[in-house]
Amino acid sequence: MRLSLNQRAALLSVLLLIAGLLAWEVSIAAGGGGGAELTEYEKLTGGGAPKAGVPPPSQVLGKAWEQLSNPFYDAGPNDKGIGIQIGYSIYRVLAGYALAALVAIPLGFLIGMSPVAYRALNPFIQVLRPISPLAWMPLALFIIQDSEASAVFVIFICSIWPMLINTAFGVAGVRQDWVNVARTHELGPLRTAFTVILPAAAPTIVTGMRISIGIAWLVIVAAEMLVGGTGIGYYVWNEWNNLDLTSVIFSILMIGVVGMALDAAFGVLQRAVAYAE
Amino acid sequence: MKAFLSVENLTQRYPDGRGGSTTVFEDASFGIERGEFVCILGHSGCGKSTIMNILAGLAEPTSGVVVMDGAQVSGPSLDRGVVFQNYSLLPWLSALRNVTFAVAARYPGWSKAQVQAESRKYLEMVGLSGEVVHRKPSQLSGGMRQRVSIARAFANHPKLLLLDEPFGALDALTRGTIQDELLKIWAGTGQTVFMITHDIDEAILLADRILLMSNGPMARVAESVEITIPRPRERTAIVTHPNYYAIRNHLVQFLGQRSREMAGRPGGGAPETVRIDLTGGDSEEPDARRGLRAIP
Repeated sequence: MRLSLNQRAALLSVLLLIAGLLAWEVSIAAGGGGGAELTEYEKLTGGGAPKAGVPPPSQVLGKAWEQLSNPFYDAGPNDKGIGIQIGYSIYRVLAGYALAALVAIPLGFLIGMSPVAYRALNPFIQVLRPISPLAWMPLALFIIQDSEASAVFVIFICSIWPMLINTAFGVAGVRQDWVNVARTHELGPLRTAFTVILPAAAPTIVTGMRISIGIAWLVIVAAEMLVGGTGIGYYVWNEWNNLDLTSVIFSILMIGVVGMALDAAFGVLQRAVAYAE
Repeated sequence: MKAFLSVENLTQRYPDGRGGSTTVFEDASFGIERGEFVCILGHSGCGKSTIMNILAGLAEPTSGVVVMDGAQVSGPSLDRGVVFQNYSLLPWLSALRNVTFAVAARYPGWSKAQVQAESRKYLEMVGLSGEVVHRKPSQLSGGMRQRVSIARAFANHPKLLLLDEPFGALDALTRGTIQDELLKIWAGTGQTVFMITHDIDEAILLADRILLMSNGPMARVAESVEITIPRPRERTAIVTHPNYYAIRNHLVQFLGQRSREMAGRPGGGAPETVRIDLTGGDSEEPDARRGLRAIP
């Protein structure tokens, strides 16, 4: 029986996963098995403190089961379910991202349509774009005076650039033939923008949006570590402070899964607006 | 009495990058009557496409004016439909939606159903009906795309239809079929057509009159050759008409030799009218003599 390419790839993925988990489990069992002799000091202190070590995958899976079976519990500021934490992070990402889209897409349109606007704004974009979004954090905290809003601002500032640049690029690159079709049909500027330029530039714009959401999700973890309080980034940092590495590893996995889901959603949008010439 | 479309002393110059300027064509003047089918023939670089863009209102001449139906042409308009060589269909819309897009722009007051019906009617005229009209341009062959483009242009009932080498990218057999369809749809609508082509036989089959351009730089519209072959024309039948090869030879001579000799020489004004008619019939003496002079 011949397996299709996809089936073979899936089989290989599963094998790699099993091999990786087994290697992880075995290496921890071998490394953690020592500690036979207690030192004088440890005897005095009653057997010594339990050693913090990297947990085996079985333990992480147990943690995942425990967390995912009750994701939305809330037992005080330092003990909230993973679902609540991820919810906060997604809310901040989407809020900052939506604001960025509201600014970047119209502004990108303007820059793409007008060579003067492009030349005038280009130096600002080139200087502001390479700034790490976290470098804005102190300034944001000082001006906005609110950690929640500052986190949203950081997401705003990091996700604006790919959308702005791609929109401008996409709009400027619309084939002159299509613009001529609009002109010979006497379409007004607004109708031209919506019925010809927007669909023509949509694949490039959505690519920018997809890059932006990826960056926003990368940045929110770091921002929440700084801002604290809630969110998946704070959760990772809090569990590190608790020396609960099982939860740290589990939340790292969750960050990956959510990031993948966000990217996949934009992948669907990208296919919807794609066209073949 | 001015012609329906009157092109007067059109000149186009571009800066040559060394401080001077290159004259593509100079003092090009000609007229087109209502309902006429006029082809323009000339070598690459003589500015045919520029003339077309000026007529469409997509480009501005350095000097000269175009007057259509008593009004000066400035900027693009629904009164002048264009079929581009590369089809210029919007690739994210289906064939049908590409046509409804144009019809809706032309008749903003129409209902959706009216726009749909009109669009389907014109797509059917070029032989596109059924499932095909819902395909995207990328799923259509080159010939089908150009049919959609032609349907879109005719459905808009422009006062002047401009065709920029519409069959240039098609294979010879497809080209023949679409030429026949174009002739049929043109005969049914009485549309005024101005068409660029590189193909002499295509021009003779389709046109009432062929404008000949000399080579650039400083190209001009040198001759206007009447096609004295009665309509309706059939591609298989016209080759046996006594005037066919006489006209064809004249055109080949012009493009092969005289267009080059004229290049770079300033001239201008209205093109010289050439009428070649060997059937004797109603032709007058001077025209016949001129025709004979032109055939070496």
